[in-house]
Amino acid sequence: MMKRFLTAAALLAASPLLMADALTGEVQKQATNWTAIGMFVLFIVFTMGITKWAAKRNTSTSDYYTAGGSITGFQNGMAIAGDFMSAASFLGISALVFTSGYDGLIYSIGFLVGWPVILFLMAERLRNLGKFTFSDVASYRLGQTPIRILSAFGSLIVVAFYLIAQMVGAGKLIQLLFGLDYYVAVVLVGVLMVMYVLFGGMLATTWVQIIKAILLLSGASFMALMVMKHVGFDFGTLFTEAVKIHTKGAAIMSPGGLVSDPISAISLGLALMFGTAGLPHILMRFFTVGDAKEARKSVFYATGFIGYFYILTFIIGFGAILLVGTDPAFKDASGAIIGGTNMVAIHLANAVGGNLFLGFISAVAFATILAVVAGLTLAGASAVSHDLYACVIKKGKAKEEDEMRVTKITTLSLGVVAILLGIIFEKQNIAFMVGLAFSVAASCNFPVLFLSMYWKDLTTRGALIGGALGLGTAMLLTILSPTVWVDVLHNEAAIFPYKYPALFSMIAAFVGVWFFSITDKSKSAAEERERFLPQFVRSQTGLGASGAVAH
Amino acid sequence: MNDDGIYRRIEQNPRFRELVARRERFAWLLSSIMLGLYFAYILIIAFVPQVLGIKLSAESATTLGMPVGVGLILLAFVLTGVYTYRANGEFDRLNQELLDEVQK
Repeated sequence: MMKRFLTAAALLAASPLLMADALTGEVQKQATNWTAIGMFVLFIVFTMGITKWAAKRNTSTSDYYTAGGSITGFQNGMAIAGDFMSAASFLGISALVFTSGYDGLIYSIGFLVGWPVILFLMAERLRNLGKFTFSDVASYRLGQTPIRILSAFGSLIVVAFYLIAQMVGAGKLIQLLFGLDYYVAVVLVGVLMVMYVLFGGMLATTWVQIIKAILLLSGASFMALMVMKHVGFDFGTLFTEAVKIHTKGAAIMSPGGLVSDPISAISLGLALMFGTAGLPHILMRFFTVGDAKEARKSVFYATGFIGYFYILTFIIGFGAILLVGTDPAFKDASGAIIGGTNMVAIHLANAVGGNLFLGFISAVAFATILAVVAGLTLAGASAVSHDLYACVIKKGKAKEEDEMRVTKITTLSLGVVAILLGIIFEKQNIAFMVGLAFSVAASCNFPVLFLSMYWKDLTTRGALIGGALGLGTAMLLTILSPTVWVDVLHNEAAIFPYKYPALFSMIAAFVGVWFFSITDKSKSAAEERERFLPQFVRSQTGLGASGAVAH
Repeated sequence: MNDDGIYRRIEQNPRFRELVARRERFAWLLSSIMLGLYFAYILIIAFVPQVLGIKLSAESATTLGMPVGVGLILLAFVLTGVYTYRANGEFDRLNQELLDEVQK
């Protein structure tokens, strides 16, 4: 009984594996696609114009980090959805539907259910307590120096791993879509992301994300519409035809099953659900809106757009069964899909819209990566300049222009580091990196952040030791796991048998935080518990919240 | 600005306690609906996956799993909408009344 349950849960959690694979597998460089490059250049020109406009409006640190709180709930919802609708999820989920049918829907649902819970339990408290980064919230009533160092460290690790995965993915995707050289692609992504962030700050980064989300949603809507037109706008026909053609037949209409190792997959599922609530670039978005009202609307719209997007990818996957799977033009001599199954959505674009639309979808896929890396870079830069420089080194007394200078230097350095890492890791197996980023977010950032808002007895000592334990356990177990110990370091057998550590590292973090908090009898701990009350009132009422009562 | 005093006054205020109790109850209720139904969905996939494979009608290939799956996606959207509607309306109004009262 239990085993079956675990297998099913494993199945639910397996999607990121596939998604990570979407951008990490071996790829073959394709012929240069000039239409796609032309469309992409258009996107660059337009977004650079926005960056120039944003640069003029960026006059303070608040403008730079959070667009001065001027983003509306609708815009922010679109940007959050943009962060979630990555190139990997577009290509990966439609490929999964293409090969396994219904399982694709199960996977999408696993990704979506975290969002309502973030809204109900975290969104308004975050907005009411935070200013620029989530460390503002975590360190609200605790010791500034230790907690900021911990959470800045947690942020930077998450950003670094996520960034490497995106850079390498970008390089490979661009080889596949545009026929450009890997190094050209990595340098191009690095330079562009630095430009957006350096000059445009959060305002430009948000608008790039919004534009990309609109482009991706319109492109995907068009594809889904053409698929539905093909079957006379009847889902019954779509499914009946797909069952007739597909090698798995009627099995594509009900849950299947893959995954060999349920604990790994459950662990990864936990990492995803709670990791989302600990990703610095996602959390930062809650501070770009004016108040808790807009923060709630953000999540409402984001959930709508993400849900709509998953329904579209589902239709696209089924459409690919009908229009791509049956067309020899999209297959090589052995009958396999050209470029791998992750390319089915791209082939479908060609099938329903011709070469021009193919170019459009390819350009959108590249734009998607750019938007995501820009958000990551901004989150990383703010962790260094706001948390480490302004709050730790200068004890909150940094001059605004100095803080801005540090941000810009950090952004440039992050760009250089990202390009170098992208080149170093080209031939490496980086499938573990997104999983690790989520695991660290779920095991260090999330426990400290969540308990700082919900648990009165949390103390600096508990948060520091527990958070560090979660971080350390997540890193250590990842290194000892098969994904690194065997696949990267080429040892015989893994010391830690499971692929992802979150199940264990989250327990380590929560137990650590709990134990070292309740045993903390120091005077400062008593003061920290005292400060919970004002923090609680502010988190509930928004009184004193940054930006909310200014006007 | 001495915020501490006003925070303490708010905390003592019965309106505040009422607001917090109502909002928390609502938030946890919706969270448990979402997670509960999602968990039920997982359990169905775990123990009786064939239920989701039941055909809606003899001549159609569409299975029960389709409306259930799409229903969960819609539910996530509807629940966030319901929460946002009530929190941005009723709860924020109570909140504003409370803040007006204590800041007089």
